[in-house]
Amino acid sequence: MSTQHPVNAPAPARRGVPASAAGPHTAGRGGSAALPGGGAARSRAARRRVLWAIGLVVAVIVAAIGSVFVGAQALAPADVVDALLGRGGEAALFVHELRVPRALLGVVVGLALGAAGALMQALTRNPLAEPGLLGVNAGAAAAVVTGLAFGGALGLRATGIAGSYVTMALAFVGAAAASALVLLVGGATSKGTDPVRLTLAGAALTVVLGAYTNAMTLNQPQLFEDFVHWSVGSLQGRGYESLWPVASVVLPALVVACLSGRWLNALALGPEMGRALGADPRRLAVAGGALVVALAGAATAGAGPIAFVGLAAPLVVRGLVGPDYRWVVPLSACVAAVVVLVADVIGRVVMPPSEVETAVVAALLGAPVFIAVVRRRRMARL
Amino acid sequence: MPPSLSAPARPAAGAPLLQATVDGAVALRLGPYSLRTTRRRLIVGAALVVAIAALAALALGVGTIALSPERIWQALLGEGTPRDGRVVWGIRVPRIGAALAVGAALGLSGALFQNLTGNPLGSPDVIGFVTGAASGAIVAIVIFSASAVGVALAAVGSGLVTAAVVVLLAGLWGRRGDGGGYRLVLVGIGVGAFLAALNDLLLTRVSGEISIAAQTWLVGSLNSRDGDILAVSLVLIAACLPALAFLSGRMGALQLGDDAASQAGVPVTATRLAMTAVGVLLVGAATAVTGPISFVALAAPQLAWRLAGRGRPALVITALFAAVLLLGADVISQLLPSALHLPVGLVTGLLGGIYLLVLLSKGNRK
Repeated sequence: MSTQHPVNAPAPARRGVPASAAGPHTAGRGGSAALPGGGAARSRAARRRVLWAIGLVVAVIVAAIGSVFVGAQALAPADVVDALLGRGGEAALFVHELRVPRALLGVVVGLALGAAGALMQALTRNPLAEPGLLGVNAGAAAAVVTGLAFGGALGLRATGIAGSYVTMALAFVGAAAASALVLLVGGATSKGTDPVRLTLAGAALTVVLGAYTNAMTLNQPQLFEDFVHWSVGSLQGRGYESLWPVASVVLPALVVACLSGRWLNALALGPEMGRALGADPRRLAVAGGALVVALAGAATAGAGPIAFVGLAAPLVVRGLVGPDYRWVVPLSACVAAVVVLVADVIGRVVMPPSEVETAVVAALLGAPVFIAVVRRRRMARL
Repeated sequence: MPPSLSAPARPAAGAPLLQATVDGAVALRLGPYSLRTTRRRLIVGAALVVAIAALAALALGVGTIALSPERIWQALLGEGTPRDGRVVWGIRVPRIGAALAVGAALGLSGALFQNLTGNPLGSPDVIGFVTGAASGAIVAIVIFSASAVGVALAAVGSGLVTAAVVVLLAGLWGRRGDGGGYRLVLVGIGVGAFLAALNDLLLTRVSGEISIAAQTWLVGSLNSRDGDILAVSLVLIAACLPALAFLSGRMGALQLGDDAASQAGVPVTATRLAMTAVGVLLVGAATAVTGPISFVALAAPQLAWRLAGRGRPALVITALFAAVLLLGADVISQLLPSALHLPVGLVTGLLGGIYLLVLLSKGNRK
């Protein structure tokens, strides 16, 4: 073992790190691996993780397929199957142009939000960190609306794929600025953050930026028409021209995020311990922050500001497989994708013929999770 | 200067209206009633009254129909044309009255809850009570098509339910200094987010038909006031004032801590319950008129406290200051160029959110 390769936290005994150094962070299911004679327990835990991973991937696929079949417009399942198999039929246009890209966008956005939430919680060592609650998504949305309003005023309009890339670039700028601001106001230090102050700063930032975005869209009829659902957070009306650019950013970032689990594990032991294990907290913060900005920015460019998903998913996953970030990041992405798809389907069927925005349903599902976290945890740092 | 808990001795008959006492405080006397205050607070209060008068004069002249100052003056005296009279007495004066009453009610409610939780962020707009009051009003309007009284009572009732839920979920009510205040704030933010989404969901049903009214119930506005609801709310707010006058002395005692307060003969639990009830009543009555307006309740007590100096909670100054804030925000929202129209709730959201960010970043430097 060389020092360039940080150790993964849940198996400290095997890699020669003193078990006491692992501290409370490895307590719980992942920590059982460190017990003497834990070989059987370790393999049982590993088997469970693999089973959960398989189950969640299947769940994403099932939810995506379900989202193609269910919608505000009632289509016979047989017609949908015909359309999917390329046999044409009455439903073909609906399925190919609306439902399939919408389901795929839901998967991509959900993956991005879940991974971004897990990353933020690891980087800030804060159980309430999440791009939606901390105002990062709101910042991305505000920047998009601003850029499009000024572009429109100057007569610049990019449409199609190019337009989506412009939107996404604006979203990255906004997400980065909002992240920096929320960490500054929230008093983040290298030792982690105070969950209360960071959450409050995020809530204030979300309100300010949300009011700004609201004001901009209200006063620009063209923007209002294009973005009335998006500015709340919705998968509605975004076709392939939105899907491909967003996916082209999210998927590579997701791969990097999944591979960064071992460094995140080292960071979870605290800045001093992390540094001793070869994980430079500063460099990690910059790299991780860039990943969060890419994931949250692209997700917001795709579906508007959606909160609570990135909070709930890592929480659920930690309960299922323990605190090992090599598993938490990818499985959070899967859980979040399922949540976004389910929220989107609920929003489509709950009040026909109107649609309820995905973000609204996500808040209804996610806010109780937030309350539960606040209630149960003694607001300890992660 | 510690606040004095004992009432000053009753003056002899024929005492002057304004009397300086030994410790530099000032007592206002009117017959058997007296109000003990400081010179600083009297000056600040007078300045705020002047500001209200100036803003109200400005607001009388603002609106989509242009009226010259002379015509407004004539209409106010009932000597103008019937059309001018309708504009001034039918639209602008009620709007100003609504802004002042709603602002004062929100500010007072903020002062009550911040005092209860011992936390500047424990104000009803941050911890979801305002959103909860709006939920009740929306349900009453959208589902039951309720009357004005029904809407106002639904707002108050759902505000009370929200308060009970938040307090029970947080598991604590105002135990100071042990982080309980912060747990309450975070639980309140979560409940508020849930209720905001619920309001959105409820309004989806109607957003096609009455989207302007729907917008009001999401961000708060003085544009679509209902005259009957305003009247009901004014009665409710006025009914709270005697209770507030009674509670303000006890609030000063509670600031010293539970033990000191009960030694001074203040029933702590009963006072807390009464403060909660009055605070929620004020929020509900205010929200029934304008929809959820954020940050007035948060910012007004804090800023008023800085103006008024230490001592007993400065409820009168808070109410005046909050009225200035909301009326000022409304004038701003009306003075903006017509291409840029913002409901007053968005103006207070923008200004108040920035204020909260500044408040938090100042806390960092300590």
